[in-house]
Amino acid sequence: MFALPLPRNNKRGIFMQQTLEISKQNSVQQRIAKYNRLLWRLGRGRPISFSLVLILWYWVAHSGKVKSFLLPTPEAVFETFHRVLTDGDNVFDSTLWYHTSATLGRVLPGLAIGLTIGISLGYIIAKSPLLETLLSPIVVAFQSMPIVAYAPVLVIWFGTGSQSKILTCVLIVFFPMLMNTIVGIRSVPQNLRDLMKMYRASRWQMFRKLEVPAALPILLTGMKTSATLSVIGAVVGEFIVANEGLGVLITEARGSYNTPLVFVSAISMSALASTLYSIVAFIERRFMRR
Amino acid sequence: MSINLTTHNLVVEFGALRALGPVSIQIQAGQFVAIVGPSGCGKSTLIRVLAGLQAASFGEARLGEQIIRQPSMRVGMMFQSANLMPWRTVMDNIALPLELAGISSIERQAAVYDLLPLLNLEDFAKAYPDELSGGMAQRVALGRVLIQKPDVLLLDEPFGALDAMTREQISLDLLAMWARDRQTAVMVTHDIHEAVLLSDRVLVMSPRPGQIVEDIAVDLPRPRHIEQTYDTEFAYLAQTIRKAIRL
Repeated sequence: MFALPLPRNNKRGIFMQQTLEISKQNSVQQRIAKYNRLLWRLGRGRPISFSLVLILWYWVAHSGKVKSFLLPTPEAVFETFHRVLTDGDNVFDSTLWYHTSATLGRVLPGLAIGLTIGISLGYIIAKSPLLETLLSPIVVAFQSMPIVAYAPVLVIWFGTGSQSKILTCVLIVFFPMLMNTIVGIRSVPQNLRDLMKMYRASRWQMFRKLEVPAALPILLTGMKTSATLSVIGAVVGEFIVANEGLGVLITEARGSYNTPLVFVSAISMSALASTLYSIVAFIERRFMRR
Repeated sequence: MSINLTTHNLVVEFGALRALGPVSIQIQAGQFVAIVGPSGCGKSTLIRVLAGLQAASFGEARLGEQIIRQPSMRVGMMFQSANLMPWRTVMDNIALPLELAGISSIERQAAVYDLLPLLNLEDFAKAYPDELSGGMAQRVALGRVLIQKPDVLLLDEPFGALDAMTREQISLDLLAMWARDRQTAVMVTHDIHEAVLLSDRVLVMSPRPGQIVEDIAVDLPRPRHIEQTYDTEFAYLAQTIRKAIRL
């Protein structure tokens, strides 16, 4: 799961003998080794912790003390999962794939638009104290409003189709990206800005060669947060009213006390969000050689 | 080609606070001038005005005949920290000025490889800044200044964070490189020793708002070397400067 980053410079050993920097370089290597061990532990830990949850679940569900419509057995959930994957459920005559791709079809544009708005607005706010004083009260007030409260209004405004779901996704995704962009751009050291000015860097060069790489770790953190939230955003929209999507599936399953299907839907949402997260994490590892 | 640096009644104010001046100085082309003074006296502000990073509130600073209003490619500046970009290799850090000027990557590489032996960094072209010691990092910063072939060197306490031994060595390296090209050099330092060892002339500044209170010529023979620091003349100069700072 986690690729161990190879030391970039395999000749490092030769350099070490030639310089007095031995202790310094060693500490870098030690840091890398420590990091690798941590990744290894996390990579190993995941199946173990998942198995523990599964065992506990199995044990509680089979104890006979909990009714099966409250907590279905893992086998029942797995069986439902298998059935909706292939046949579709009698609820909607459509497969899990159909609902998942419907949700994904709202998550992806929502995420893309939300990230774009978050980054652009964040960049402008980070650069302009005036805009910050003007915009931040609105943004914060808006963000403090629970999205479920105004999502129905969005449906009235934008219709029952995909648009309103994309919009709820955008609204949920944009805030963490906005905040991380502001923090990221503000964290660019003034010294490096002065340095770039000494070389008469253009505005674009300042952005491309300094601000983006310097803020990248923080921007990617924002993207990871946004990626996990994006599924919630779309599903909240689907809760209000929709014809297809995981949000619909879970609402209908709940309505008919089909608890295994509720579990299947919830697990699918989680899997979808984790996949999006992993994609950003993968990009992060590719970009950040350091 | 080196060039004169002058300021005329230069004053810098931050709001109601006067940080510097008035300062009037003439620095001849090819001269190495050290500026010393108590901390907070505005020496760094002065050098930032000369660099074009800080606007003058009153008066003016000129590079040759031209009033300094913005940074110039003829001016290279070294900052208090090495100021390297941690995501760039040594090679790419040194080549940054050329890259921003739109010079092709082949030419950039050639220029960096010419410079690396002088900086004693041949083996570190592909290393990243966090793999370097403080002294090596400052040599990379020096390389980044030299690669733009500046006519003026502005040095804002560039070696302040280094240990004494490394500092002496890198100061002398800098001096050797300066001797080849004879740029006009202005160095801000709080180290009197370093000021005397490197410069032709030491300007002493008063506490804030900094003004030039003493202009001391350093007529020690060049090339300079560490042994000179034990000469009586050196000690005398250092003492004179120390007294001037106390004034």
